Amino acid sequence: MTDHSNFVQVRHAQKSFGTLEVLKDISLTVERGQIVAIIGPSGSGKSTLLRAINDLDPLTRGEVWLDGVQVNKSLPFRQYEKHINEMRQKIGMVFQHFNLFPHMTARENVTMAPKMLKGLSNQQADALANEQLDKVGMLERIDYYPSQLSGGQKQRVAIARALAMEPKLMLFDEATSALDPELVDEVNQVMKKLAEEHMTMIIVTHEMDFAASVCDRVLFMDQGVVVEEGPPEVVFKNPEKDRTRAFLRKHLEGAK
Amino acid sequence: MGLDFTVIPKYIDIILLGCLWTIAITVAAALLSFFGGIFFAVIALYAPAVIRLPFRLFEWIFMGTPLLLQLFLIYFGLVQIGVDLPAFVAGVIGLGLHFAVYNSELIQTAILSVDKGQMEAARTVGLSRGQALRKVIVPQAVRAVIPPIGNNMIALLKDSALVSVIGVSELTLSAQRAIGASYRPFEFYILAAAFYYVINLGMEWVQRKIERRIALSR
Repeated sequence: MTDHSNFVQVRHAQKSFGTLEVLKDISLTVERGQIVAIIGPSGSGKSTLLRAINDLDPLTRGEVWLDGVQVNKSLPFRQYEKHINEMRQKIGMVFQHFNLFPHMTARENVTMAPKMLKGLSNQQADALANEQLDKVGMLERIDYYPSQLSGGQKQRVAIARALAMEPKLMLFDEATSALDPELVDEVNQVMKKLAEEHMTMIIVTHEMDFAASVCDRVLFMDQGVVVEEGPPEVVFKNPEKDRTRAFLRKHLEGAK
Repeated sequence: MGLDFTVIPKYIDIILLGCLWTIAITVAAALLSFFGGIFFAVIALYAPAVIRLPFRLFEWIFMGTPLLLQLFLIYFGLVQIGVDLPAFVAGVIGLGLHFAVYNSELIQTAILSVDKGQMEAARTVGLSRGQALRKVIVPQAVRAVIPPIGNNMIALLKDSALVSVIGVSELTLSAQRAIGASYRPFEFYILAAAFYYVINLGMEWVQRKIERRIALSR
């Protein structure tokens, strides 16, 4: 438990959809408190890898470990469901399209799972909603429905919802890709704040500047393999591999 | 013999009582059909085959045969196997289950069209599949089909006239009784029609209220 060097471990992850192999023997280690960005062209398997970590897209082969416990261990169905639900409480996830529950207010989005799964009283739940929504700067919209919020506001509520379960690890799946450009920053600010609190995070992103500014390590993926990984200053400024260079060049041009 | 609406006051108490029974049976059957519809939809989509397949048969019986026959079966038929239901209860069950099956069809489609990301988000915070269905998927599906369910409930109100044949003194049977005593069929059928229309308006009003209430949460 105290071993910080392998807080999150992905071992020999392999994933196929039919004959299409989207992850080819990927291994990845994230230390406690580390922030890792996964970049790469669409279809490179980066989202699939992220979604394998909480078993949303189960691996065909390979193992995922979190804090000394195997996430995707093989168990009979019922036992597995119980196990995975417990594991997922420790792994927060933020989606590209927010996936807020539209029939619940911001408060209810945040408190629903803690109330159901941790048996919080209404009073405790309200305190939790206040705390988490305040953290993402959404306290004044606590009783708004998602339909009354902008994209950036929705995403901030979605982050608060994930944080309310007090996860040990946060996964961000292109959290800002669906946002209008002027709304990206408010979400990035929240993520930066989490980084300052030493939340362990794995971030799939298209935003190289943001990745460079908050991440400890960057993985460049292409066609189901990790082509290159290292500190952002190396991967972004001085990539070793041609494929990384080509991707970054193309991406920077696209951004202009 | 011309029309004479002045006979109405003499029998108005029968008719009003009939209205109350019609409202009672409609509300009770509507509630049964609503919650039954949700229950059936979840069974139809998620229950194991041993439950799902007999359920299909049950569904087919309710959709493929006349409601009148179903009412006869529940009220007169079940007695033979020792289930002796009061007419009102038999009527509520017959109407309720019949429309539950129709509501279930609507809710099933709505459940399947809830965005996949909703289930994912619910599972990601640690909810089981059942919990996710109950708290996240079904409430959204039901909200999406409130308008067509409302239409079914209007149909239910109109079909509640059928329970007159098993002897529930609802509006249609009350009108017939008033006619039997007064020999004024036109006047009382028109009056009954007017009352059905008023109840109908009331139901539409309730539906609009509900729709307005859930407008933001969709």
